[in-house]
Amino acid sequence: MRDKISSSPVLSVVSKVLFAPIIIFGLYVQFHGDYGPGGGFQAGVIVAAAFILYSMIFGLAKGETLVPVMVNRYLMCVGVLLYAGVGILSIFLDGMYLDYNVLSTNPSSGQHIGIILVELGVGITVATVMIALYHSFASFKVSHE
Amino acid sequence: MNFLLINFFLISLLLITTFFIFKSTSLIGIVALTGAFTLLCSAIYVNLDAVDVAFTEAAVGSGISTILMVMAAAKLPEGKKNKLINLFPSIILAISISLVLILIISNLPLLGDPNAPIHLHVVPEYIKESKDFFHIPNVVTNILASYRGFDTLGETIVIFTAGLGVIVLLTSNTLNRKTKFKNKEKK
Repeated sequence: MRDKISSSPVLSVVSKVLFAPIIIFGLYVQFHGDYGPGGGFQAGVIVAAAFILYSMIFGLAKGETLVPVMVNRYLMCVGVLLYAGVGILSIFLDGMYLDYNVLSTNPSSGQHIGIILVELGVGITVATVMIALYHSFASFKVSHE
Repeated sequence: MNFLLINFFLISLLLITTFFIFKSTSLIGIVALTGAFTLLCSAIYVNLDAVDVAFTEAAVGSGISTILMVMAAAKLPEGKKNKLINLFPSIILAISISLVLILIISNLPLLGDPNAPIHLHVVPEYIKESKDFFHIPNVVTNILASYRGFDTLGETIVIFTAGLGVIVLLTSNTLNRKTKFKNKEKK
């Protein structure tokens, strides 16, 4: 695989301009999921799309300095652990597993906190898994024998 | 009436796309057409008022998976074309599956039928209860994260495991090369 897919200035300028708005849109989808369509799965994919666009245009090496491979792998685990950790936290607060009522004094706001934390965990895992998939596909070298 | 017209238009576009997927011989072309196919599907979901499903379909189906398929297709050796060797078994399979599906269609409830089984089980409870209890307007989020929290945990773990599997499969290639290199040094 060529390291740099394109050296066209149009593509690099457009991707630089689009990078931040894509991530902001992803965060909007993540945290507005309670009020409109969206949530962790979609937001994770949108945020990952920004990073994948970056490493497609500027090459895999630059993409891997932006998101180091090991950091990405740790974040994959952090997302799942955040989700499962919310459940374990609710056990310690005298609730059942993934029972968000006990996370706050008021059950309703407890549910709100729980849902936001859980969706954040889903978003982190989905985004980093997608980036990891792209990086491992892009760095894979086939030996044509 | 408008609803029907839009649906008819989208489904005929879907059929045209399917035909060209069938006709196309280049892999990249098929990948691009599959992206178009899922985008049309998400437009149909929007038309059916399933906005969350449409969003997921557009982001995952036509966004990320198309990119990953393009990456995978770029890794394939060049000059090899998609040759269908023996069409006969696949045609029989397709015809029999579509016959079964057409037979099933008559048993499905009508679109938007309030007495359909899916709308009579736990859904009325969720819709009635969730707004007063959670103060979150999007019922889909409530069901996804709270009522069905275990399911979503399982889904997250499935995605995580899939990512791990791909990492292990695709980076083992470089590991093997390193061990080969070490073996050569020993020799």
